[in-house]
Amino acid sequence: MPIVNDTGFTDEATPAPLLSLAALESGGGDARCGLEVANDTDARDLASHFSRVDLIAVTFPNFADGRGFSLARRLRALGYRGRLRAKGHMIADQYPMARACGFDEVEIDETLAQRQPESHWVSAAKLQGHALQARR
Amino acid sequence: MYRYDEFDDRFVRERVSQFRSQVERRLSGALTEDEFKPLRLQNGLYLQLHAYMLRVAVPYGTLDSRQMRQLAMIAERWDKGYGHFTTRQNIQYNWPKLADVPDILEALADVGMHAIQTSGNCIRNVTADHFAGAADDEIEDPRPTAEIVRQWSNGHPEFAFLPRKFKIAVTGSPNDRAVTKAHDIGLRMLRNTLGEPGYEVIVGGGMGRTPMIGKVIREFLPKAELLPYLEAVLRVYNLHGRRDNKYKARIKILVHEAKLETIRAEVEDEFRRLRAESDGPTLALSPEEITRIEAYFTPPAFEELPDADSDLDAALMADATFRDWMKTNVVGHRKSGYRIVTVSLKPIGSAPGDASAEQMRALADIAARYSLDELRVSHEQNIVLPHVRAADLPEVFACLQQADLATANIGLVSDIIACPGMDYCALATARSIPVAQELSKRFADPALAKDIGKLQIKISGCINACGHHHVGHIGILGLEKAGVESYQITLGGDATETTAIGERAGPGFAYDEVVPAIERLLDAYRALRLTDDETFLQTYRRLGATPFKAALYSQATNGSRPAVPVTQGPRAQGPVAQGPLPQAAVAAPGEYVFYHF
Repeated sequence: MPIVNDTGFTDEATPAPLLSLAALESGGGDARCGLEVANDTDARDLASHFSRVDLIAVTFPNFADGRGFSLARRLRALGYRGRLRAKGHMIADQYPMARACGFDEVEIDETLAQRQPESHWVSAAKLQGHALQARR
Repeated sequence: MYRYDEFDDRFVRERVSQFRSQVERRLSGALTEDEFKPLRLQNGLYLQLHAYMLRVAVPYGTLDSRQMRQLAMIAERWDKGYGHFTTRQNIQYNWPKLADVPDILEALADVGMHAIQTSGNCIRNVTADHFAGAADDEIEDPRPTAEIVRQWSNGHPEFAFLPRKFKIAVTGSPNDRAVTKAHDIGLRMLRNTLGEPGYEVIVGGGMGRTPMIGKVIREFLPKAELLPYLEAVLRVYNLHGRRDNKYKARIKILVHEAKLETIRAEVEDEFRRLRAESDGPTLALSPEEITRIEAYFTPPAFEELPDADSDLDAALMADATFRDWMKTNVVGHRKSGYRIVTVSLKPIGSAPGDASAEQMRALADIAARYSLDELRVSHEQNIVLPHVRAADLPEVFACLQQADLATANIGLVSDIIACPGMDYCALATARSIPVAQELSKRFADPALAKDIGKLQIKISGCINACGHHHVGHIGILGLEKAGVESYQITLGGDATETTAIGERAGPGFAYDEVVPAIERLLDAYRALRLTDDETFLQTYRRLGATPFKAALYSQATNGSRPAVPVTQGPRAQGPVAQGPLPQAAVAAPGEYVFYHF
């Protein structure tokens, strides 16, 4: 599964196993891990776990479902400073939006990576900070 | 007027090249049709019944003569020589070729215009009172606020994939000409008890298949806090709005189902957090930023003039046609010696809102010479010349007459709002433009129209209500039943600050029964009114629906005339088609293909 960041596709390994919120809460302990959450998760429910997760992956079931963008903004507003990943169906044109909302990277599947190769994502990454929003 | 700075220009140019790339990637297969569609829509490009349609944003309806000339050029070069001004203060081109669209977008960018976010599930082009900066009842000019909202919402990274579209309107006058209570968010400028400027925020209004009047979510929002508050509302909507059913996805349904109090609490919670965010750019507006935007809307160089003008008085005495036009199409201005002129895009028998390239050029010339270079598009599908010297009115009238733009019918029976309907729109279930044309012709007699007085007829060709029928004094909704058009009539709607949703009168009428039905209705009104000055709406409110329903259904309407089959023929005659309507094609029920997007 390719991970996309500002430099293009990377093979960098996921730092820790990705757990669901339920697994994380029932597992207890201090082991560092990653968290994978659906886009209808209430960000406030995650705040108490921020200190022990290295990565939060927010799933995008469909590129047209924009809830993940707001969830990312909320997680950042609540003080999450770790890695934030959008995972699932996101198209290259959405990459600058994901970055502006606080995501660090995007995880897509092989089929999408074939259809929208690295060059498309690198071009999209160059459009960051160009929204009218960024003037302020 | 607002002028693009370097940032706007770069943003718009980049969007054009990005769209070129998106078209190429669609053709190569890198983007699927499903993936391409929202990108295309957010650049204003629709797929209609017969062709693509490009909807160009006219932020808060404001244009200068240079922009209007460019719109005329585009109509001539890439369309069929005309454009269509819409109820959202935009202009639509109905016949562009896909391959030409990037070039059209470049031509728009050349004059500081674009088609960004005129469609799709995003924050749409912001609208405002078309008399902004000119109205004599204005508390404050709404355009700086509208411009601030435009800058914030255009290209907003978080809100490009909302559950559904989102429309924001602003008014700076107590008399609401921007239909703020029928928008997802309506902003009414006011001052609190300390005299500080701010907004009453209205949320959850809308038309469509479930019309709702917006509710006050915040009684007073200080001006500086506008953007954090809007961001909070949009975030709550983006996270909680329904995505399981597109017909229940607007914020009005969320507010209705979750209850206003719950949404208000969620929004306030988010708002507090947004205000407390210290890292990153803050959304709160500094006084300097507000002043910077307001400076773009400094009143133009008005002359100091007496309000009365002897030449104008003489012209009024001499010419009854001019006098009638003055009465209907001209209103007072905040500045002594000036008037606001509304140019009717509803000549008798025409398609409401259509203007030819020649007419657009004539309007540009008149605006440059007589209206301090400003034009406005009204949601009523007319063009406003906001700053005309009273002494120039006879000349302006003469110029408009030459361009076939001097129809004296603003606010009268033939000043009809109509959506494109089945002549263009893939969603339509019935024709609306031909109904407007037939009504306009039936009530063409100026004496009759004058006698009927103030009346707003609004026509939609499907349940999505783009023709605002819910808030028409008389609303007409075209549906399709068993393969034939059926028109429901609603009564008593109101688009002003006393917003009301019209009440459905009863069973629908066949296409050719609509005009006689409206005739019976208006005959009844004239018989029922207490005085000649009592308007249709006043009479309706005094008496209720009963006598009007009786008039509507005073003769058998079901099966008394042959129903006309639904047709999808292109209306290719152009903007001033006055000939007979195209003969309806006979088609079996169920043959119709409706494209949903």
